[in-house]
Amino acid sequence: MITLGFVYVLAGLTFAAFAFLGLRDGSNPKRFGNAAFWGLLAVSMLAGDRLSDFGNGLLVLALVAIAGTGQIGRAPGGDVPADVQAERAERHGPFLLLVALIIPAVALAGTFLFKWLPGLADPKQATLISLALGVLIALAVGMARLKPPPLLPLQQGRRLLDAVGWAAILPQMLASLGAVFALAGVGEVVGDLIGGAIPEGSLFGATLAFGLGMALFTMVMGNAFAAFPVMLAAVGMPLLIKQYDGDPAVVAAIGMLAGFCGTLMTPMAANFNLVPAALLELKNPYGVIKAQIGTALPLLAVNIVFIWLFAF
Amino acid sequence: MLVLIGILIIIAGFLLRFNPLLVIMASALATGLAAGLDIAAIIAAFGKAFNDTRYVSIVWIVLPVIGLLEAYGLQQHARSLIGRMKGATLGRLLTSYLLLRQAMAAVGLTSVAGHPQTVRPLVAPMAEAAAEAKNDALTDDQREEVKAFSAATDNVGLFFGEDIFLAIGSILLMKGVLEGYGYVIEPLHFSLWAIPTAIAAFLIHGLRLRRLEKRMMKKEAGA
Repeated sequence: MITLGFVYVLAGLTFAAFAFLGLRDGSNPKRFGNAAFWGLLAVSMLAGDRLSDFGNGLLVLALVAIAGTGQIGRAPGGDVPADVQAERAERHGPFLLLVALIIPAVALAGTFLFKWLPGLADPKQATLISLALGVLIALAVGMARLKPPPLLPLQQGRRLLDAVGWAAILPQMLASLGAVFALAGVGEVVGDLIGGAIPEGSLFGATLAFGLGMALFTMVMGNAFAAFPVMLAAVGMPLLIKQYDGDPAVVAAIGMLAGFCGTLMTPMAANFNLVPAALLELKNPYGVIKAQIGTALPLLAVNIVFIWLFAF
Repeated sequence: MLVLIGILIIIAGFLLRFNPLLVIMASALATGLAAGLDIAAIIAAFGKAFNDTRYVSIVWIVLPVIGLLEAYGLQQHARSLIGRMKGATLGRLLTSYLLLRQAMAAVGLTSVAGHPQTVRPLVAPMAEAAAEAKNDALTDDQREEVKAFSAATDNVGLFFGEDIFLAIGSILLMKGVLEGYGYVIEPLHFSLWAIPTAIAAFLIHGLRLRRLEKRMMKKEAGA
């Protein structure tokens, strides 16, 4: 039976290959930092379960130290020239789109198949396992037809990951911070603060507080990922799901989207809101946010009404 | 109340533009200390959570495939697909891009398009050209607004399309957090409940794009 362990091994080997190839890239002045960072991530994926909690914690501290002292960089260049790409796109265009679609298609099909034929793969992790299988199938199909140099996918993949840099583990770090917040009872404190503002016994009041709280907290943190565990612990879980018996899938899914409305309105989400303003050479650095507020506010209202309508 | 210090550290750290990973670690340590935990316990708690949430970071295994396809011109092909939508007005052009971006994000193709890849080289110039076709006296402010809406349309399309895809980070996060409370929920349920909001986002933003087109057609007499 295929389990999530298989996906972790695949991810670990991929990160290990990125680390190894990065180490040999003499054109990157920070290659040692990059190799150490992706190498540690490979260790986490391959052997995280064999390390103690404290050992994993030290591994995280090392990752943070490498990133925090600016030891991660990317080699200049390495792009396939635009005219070569254009010429190849002319020849392979539709095939490339097809291969790109293999990954989501296999992820979707596998999710149903593994439910339907239990015993092949862990049904609770069917989607993630199918995603990994989709990657392997897409890679095999692409390699068979395009016949690139054998290391090209890993080299190009490494370049893409180097471009993302330490931000690659930002979501995982924020999820872990959420766990420490939960341990320290931050959710309860925020919940008490917000709970005090919710009229007793008002279902709509609680829904409103949850939706607004997700958006506001996302604006503060710059990321709905960080807001979600806190707002769920504060309002979503105790009030909407436990007290009013709301559907947890609806509360979570639409609550997260209420948070995304906050992402549209905050400079904290720099990569979405400030970077494009610079890229497009706008005079007003907040021009993109200004253009988004008119969509974000009504959509936030819609999300709050949706939770109220669909969850109960 | 003292445990809220972690939130203050996050706000201050981001405002002062420290490395976010450092800020997160500092916030975790301060929050733990405020709650009366000792340093070793905080590090262990963070390490355990990091190990338990590794699935959030496994999406990067798609990069070798994307790298291969991009080296063979996937981006160019996607651009030529968008470029073939001729005869588009500003509103129709950006609405089509919104729909395409939502649809691609919904099947997990989040990085096929984006601000550096498509908005700057393609969508913004095309939108500007479409606005100019209807108004030969486009002011600098109008030009700026067209560009800002091009970037905004990319963000709206991405945010309210991606949660329909099963294996995106936010869905895995929701799954992980709810499992911590004992609710085991399949990613597909989260995906399905993202659809009503995706439709609402398309309608609201699409309406605003139509109004943008009307505004851009006005030759500004005195304004």
